[in-house]
Amino acid sequence: MIDENQARRVGRGAGLLGAHAASDPDLAAIRAQIDELKRHYEQRIAALEEKLARSEGQQPARSAETQAAVPSASPATSATAFNPEISVILDAKVANTSRSPETYRIRGFIPNGGEIAPPRRSFSLGETELALAANVDHLFRGTALFSVAGDGEGIATEEAYIETLALPAGLKLKAGRFLSGIGYVNAQHPHTWDFVDAPLAYKAFFGSRLSNDGVQLKWLAPTPFFLELGAEAARGGGFPGNERDKNGSGLGTLFAHVGGDVGWSHAWQAGVSYVRTHARDRAWEDTDPTGGATRTAFTGRSSTLGADFVWKWAPDGNPAQQNFKFQSELFQRRENGTLTYDDTAGSHAVGRVADGYRSRQSGWYAQGVWQFMPQWRLGVRHDRLNSGDTRIGLVNTGLVSPGDLPMLAAYSPRRDAVMLDWSPSEFSRLRLQFARDTSRGPGEADNQVFLQYIMSLGAHGAHKF
Amino acid sequence: MRILVFLFALLGSLPAFAALNVFATVPEWGALAREIGGDKVNVYVATHALQDPHRIEAKPSLLAQARRAQLVVATGADLEIGWLPLVVRDAANPAIQPGQPGYFEAASVVSRLEVPQVVDRAHGDVHPGGNPHFQLDPYRIDKIAAALAVRMAQLDPANEASYRANQRAVAERWKAAIARWEKLAEPLRGVPVMVQHRSFSYLLAWLGMREVATLEPKPGVEPGSAYLSELLTRQQTQPARMILRAAYQNDTHSQWMATRAHIPAVVLPFTVGGSDEAKDLTGLFDDSINRLLKGLR
Repeated sequence: MIDENQARRVGRGAGLLGAHAASDPDLAAIRAQIDELKRHYEQRIAALEEKLARSEGQQPARSAETQAAVPSASPATSATAFNPEISVILDAKVANTSRSPETYRIRGFIPNGGEIAPPRRSFSLGETELALAANVDHLFRGTALFSVAGDGEGIATEEAYIETLALPAGLKLKAGRFLSGIGYVNAQHPHTWDFVDAPLAYKAFFGSRLSNDGVQLKWLAPTPFFLELGAEAARGGGFPGNERDKNGSGLGTLFAHVGGDVGWSHAWQAGVSYVRTHARDRAWEDTDPTGGATRTAFTGRSSTLGADFVWKWAPDGNPAQQNFKFQSELFQRRENGTLTYDDTAGSHAVGRVADGYRSRQSGWYAQGVWQFMPQWRLGVRHDRLNSGDTRIGLVNTGLVSPGDLPMLAAYSPRRDAVMLDWSPSEFSRLRLQFARDTSRGPGEADNQVFLQYIMSLGAHGAHKF
Repeated sequence: MRILVFLFALLGSLPAFAALNVFATVPEWGALAREIGGDKVNVYVATHALQDPHRIEAKPSLLAQARRAQLVVATGADLEIGWLPLVVRDAANPAIQPGQPGYFEAASVVSRLEVPQVVDRAHGDVHPGGNPHFQLDPYRIDKIAAALAVRMAQLDPANEASYRANQRAVAERWKAAIARWEKLAEPLRGVPVMVQHRSFSYLLAWLGMREVATLEPKPGVEPGSAYLSELLTRQQTQPARMILRAAYQNDTHSQWMATRAHIPAVVLPFTVGGSDEAKDLTGLFDDSINRLLKGLR
């Protein structure tokens, strides 16, 4: 209760407010007193609630069963009670690059048509992501993720899948469109990445990531450590395959992950994956040295082998103050088939010719992200690709000169990135990233600066490993 | 082939399936499950007292354990919202899905304090279901123990008698302990305290102590220096006797305040394992009250 002195002070404060501006200490004192009153009443109400709860608890002759069944809060009973979990991710950037993102390409690697270019220059809106998820019934759960492109290209269905909830023996089936379970980063959405953009290896081998229209079966082993085996069958309409108007499965994947803890402070996960698909007339357009238009297409088998490793450290398993995360992935892709070169629409110097093509290309990245104090993280990433040994029959026989296929010149792109981000809460993040990317070719380094925000609203997101 | 042999060997080496496999999200429910289950249960505790229960990840080891569990014992009220739904879903274990007998939320049995009128993240990391740190109220623990025993008996009818007997024994012991604690904590009645996070609302309400300020301006939000200075000013007019924080919380802000306000910063175990003395639930309350009394001196 307010004593007389306090009351007088409040009165004086109020009088001052009426006459002229009150001095700061007075205001602070009044505010403190009001807060104190509020708190006092809150606590009295809490105490009364407690008393009430106690006396309810002491009612005699109530069996444990009925006590257990008493709901503590009355649930909503309107039609909206079944609305799915909804969340929206807002993402925008400012980019400053020394070379135009519109001319971006990765030399030494067949262009894949994916969204692999760096964010456009100046201010831009990234993908606004809308996610809906709910249990369909006791057997299925449904998830839909739509992304709305910032430049008005419409709504894309990133993921729309159902998964089983009640299969026995550790099995789980997913069907629809989903991000493949291969690797580590592949199934993560851009807003959970630790950097603004995807690793180079993902850009080169999967056009940023492998998304499937198909089915996935996973088995979680009943072992004391984590062991998961998975397989997918899909249409394979996207890179590294392409649309082939064919019945049956066009792409298959296999993957295995193991993981566990070392004490409370360390957790790790490692995995291997395999992707196999076919391409038919997977084409890209370019120009020959005279400037004439060319069309080059690959038909054949494409298989990619991957390995991934993640290690996380937090003192006593409590990441609030400090934590560190290391991750690295390695991919090797082999393609075997025929390459068709066609310049009939351009200079017509060669015409339309075809011969064997065989490549073995690899890429990897390693990154470390360190939260050095609450809310602040510093990250470093190194990316490297190797166009490897490529046997191009057309070039070996002399039909086509290497200059006609500039994209297939042997080259080893590299990229280095450093980022600093600040997350005032779980739901917001601001990030600054510097990168130097030499993907375009020797002497064509691109220096990039990005400033990005990622905010999420709605349902509480999951803390995935 | 060799891999298959290895796998079968592994399966064979797993613990006997006769016991009920319990997956407890936090140490207090692990301890409770052990008291009621005795030797009829295998208890895995997903987190420990030095971890912030709000900030756990769905790491691989948790998935592996949830896969083998027959009963998940969680706090609920959104305490584990960041990781448990994902673990339960990805564990490919139909028995522990929400709504199944194998999924038990303590919050479904007890009422909660501080249920927000307005749910808006501008007010910090608010829990729509109210304050989830009710493990520090022995009366609520008693209720939860009764409900948990029923649930265990439902899942493992063969050992029903054992679960019921253990629960009755726990309840008896608990009744005596509560009387002892309440007598012991008599000097704490009405004592004003500051808390780092609203971790102790139930403990304070039970012991009749008064929370006059929180070091976090909003739940889950780190205080700035301006806010701390304001609290220090307020300390002149509404003095708190001590500052409370949980074992897992960083000591920076409470130490800052303790030094300037010349009051002790008291670390409470918060859950089982949070101090050497808090080996089980009884130890948790013994030690919490002892430390509060020490802070009073």
